[in-house]
Amino acid sequence: METVETDALTIARPSSPQDAVAAFGDGAGITVFGGGSIVMVELVHNRLVPEQVLMLDRAGLAGVRSEAERTTIGAMTTVAELETAVEPLGTSARGVADREVRAQATLGGNLCAPPGAESPRGDLQGALIALGAEVRSAGAGGERAEPVEEFLQRGSEPRLVLEVSFETPAAGASASVRRPHAHAYTILAVSGARTAGGVRLAACGVAPHAVRLAVAEQAVADGAEPAAAAARALEGVTPADDALASAWYREQTLPVLVARVLNDLR
Amino acid sequence: MRLTVNGVQRELVSPPLTSLLQVLREELGITSPKAGCQQGGCGACTVLIDGQPRRACLTALAAADGAELRTVEGLGSPTNLTPVQAAFDSHYAAQCGFCTSGFLMASTALIEAGGGTDRAEVIEALSGHVCRCTGYVKIVQAVTAAAAGDVEPASVEADMGAQGKDAARLIPGSPA
Repeated sequence: METVETDALTIARPSSPQDAVAAFGDGAGITVFGGGSIVMVELVHNRLVPEQVLMLDRAGLAGVRSEAERTTIGAMTTVAELETAVEPLGTSARGVADREVRAQATLGGNLCAPPGAESPRGDLQGALIALGAEVRSAGAGGERAEPVEEFLQRGSEPRLVLEVSFETPAAGASASVRRPHAHAYTILAVSGARTAGGVRLAACGVAPHAVRLAVAEQAVADGAEPAAAAARALEGVTPADDALASAWYREQTLPVLVARVLNDLR
Repeated sequence: MRLTVNGVQRELVSPPLTSLLQVLREELGITSPKAGCQQGGCGACTVLIDGQPRRACLTALAAADGAELRTVEGLGSPTNLTPVQAAFDSHYAAQCGFCTSGFLMASTALIEAGGGTDRAEVIEALSGHVCRCTGYVKIVQAVTAAAAGDVEPASVEADMGAQGKDAARLIPGSPA
């Protein structure tokens, strides 16, 4: 492992996943530097003054591998590499920012993205929840694997994401509202997949991180038609106003997008 | 840390987490990458890192250690523009010019990768670049023309007045 020390800053740059886990420890006081597209902004504007940085670019955590029906994606895999992934992940990846940022931003960063000051973040989270993906992470208490939605609910507990894996779904679909401008921030996006455990649905843009639409899923499982199931998408979900859209707009739009996804999944 | 910038090896003393944009502009005096939004949203700082367009504001010096960088200073000279630069000149694709460096570098990478003739492809490739003069029509026309080889060799020497002939030597970071 390469270590760079200056007066106020130590940078650890592990050369294997094992070294990265060891250097992360329980994560206390560690700033994880993945692709840099989130962290660099905080550094440049002096909102973050780290003392210990863990740079993952040489940690061997990048890459996609498939065994039988299971796909495993390393945390340092770039969003650009996921543009051709199975639906709904591929479409979600293509919707992130622009070509240059996608070549830099990583899967791990997208999962750990704190909510933006003016808009939600984490475009891949919804697709991963819909796919029933499991995330493997390290930190206090050792390594752990859990569903993506549970990982996201834990909030600020320091975890080092190692990889994400999921079974190839029978079908996947997504629908989103985009700001009509060159730069694409996601206002609202719905991902769906037909998996071994039934139809799964998730939304980005209705909470600080992506959430599962459990009530609508249950309606589908109970035999509801797409429109009827979509009408229940707002149960358990409370969108907020932000710089991109009002809560009202999101409430009007979420059922429309859910209905589109359910129709595409038929 | 070490970078090769426009073919010249440079030893850098900036702290390792300094943005490449800051390093280029402040330590090396290479000012074609512009500090626009400094949060990855505008594209004005885009440079080529090992041939790929990247945001200099989102790249830490440590992450680029050992890389080859290209900026506008490493494209053509005022008397011998690259086809992309010549196309931007002849199509009036620059207005205030603040975004132009980023557009030039992203377009150069696109064309070097064999793309750029299809309008939709150009728009997708340049979607991270914002032109507040809204000169997008001319910019896209310039890129597709350059990609198709539909461009005359051009010089901006005359536009540069008395400085013309010596201008290349005066640009910090240019290999000349």
